Amino acid sequence: MSAILDDGFGGYLVLFLAGFLAHEPWRWLGLLLGGNLSETSPVFVWVRAVATALVAGLVMRLVFYPAGVLTKVDLPLRLTGIAVGTLVFFYAGRSLGLGIFAGAVTLLAGVVLFGRPL
Amino acid sequence: MNTDDGAGREPNLEGRHDTKGRAFWRGLKLMLTTPGLVLFATAIGFGALARDSGLTLGHTVFLSAAVYALPAQVVLVDQLARGASIAAAALAVTLTAVRLLPMTVSLLPYFRDQKSSTALRILTVHFIAVTAWVEGNRRLPDEPRQTRLPFFLGLGIGMAIMTSTGSAVGYYAATGLPTVMAATLLFATPVYFLLALFLGMRTRTDMIAIAAGALLGPILYRLLPGLDLLLTGLIGGTIAVLAGRTGRS
Repeated sequence: MSAILDDGFGGYLVLFLAGFLAHEPWRWLGLLLGGNLSETSPVFVWVRAVATALVAGLVMRLVFYPAGVLTKVDLPLRLTGIAVGTLVFFYAGRSLGLGIFAGAVTLLAGVVLFGRPL
Repeated sequence: MNTDDGAGREPNLEGRHDTKGRAFWRGLKLMLTTPGLVLFATAIGFGALARDSGLTLGHTVFLSAAVYALPAQVVLVDQLARGASIAAAALAVTLTAVRLLPMTVSLLPYFRDQKSSTALRILTVHFIAVTAWVEGNRRLPDEPRQTRLPFFLGLGIGMAIMTSTGSAVGYYAATGLPTVMAATLLFATPVYFLLALFLGMRTRTDMIAIAAGALLGPILYRLLPGLDLLLTGLIGGTIAVLAGRTGRS
């Protein structure tokens, strides 16, 4: 383990500048732009659809091109996991907990039974 | 696992006469339901990464609370570990944060009619990240108008507690965690995001937006990494609005 940041004030300053200050203004801009928007306006309907599509895109990116240890799990296993999770979710009457559990267990079982050793 | 399946779709009748304090508390308590636990699991992965990259525990928790968006945290740690300059790291972080703009804009109308100070609103939007967005998106429409802001603030703070403690736990424990378990924990996040989108689905437009986004996401990531999520949102969302409109008439 090598220190990439100063332990004291300096390290926190770097995280504040490159983390908080690089990140937070987009939330402030959203506050500025969305503050007077109505729930029924066409712009709201569009922005909501944009945000929804963006999150759906993020999901599939995490499945197809994951980071970290998930890269060691083969794509067919990841796809099976998300498919089983979705099916169980709808069959169990839109149960979030059961769907996630089923998806995760499917991935785990897949890795144990058919996967490359991690 | 403590679940609260689809509760967001039913009008929240018992919440009708809540005070602001009670609404805040109701939001906060959601940290112990499925979304909070999934976020905790994901944060464990981040804590382990932060430790591997040479951050201190203080840095790790500070970053989780100050940024409160896992993709940006991962990108920042990765940049610092590669020895990037502060400016380069900040630029990479900013690119991941653009996606919060449409999320923030699309949640704010729910808080429109409430009297609240600018400071409180600035604090509230800090808690907009994917998890709080998907939960807010499906729960806020059923929440009484006058308690939406405290409810969401409670939800956001609860989720921030989960991500901060999760990253601290990961910082200490993940070295002893078998890789297959770490992979399973990480995998819970995309599954949760997708299922929560289904839970929040109200219109044909929502359904098309999910399908279009899911299709475009991986393709645009290959073609234009960095701008992929924003373009996925803009193109997929526009298609959804146009197609949703055609379907209705």
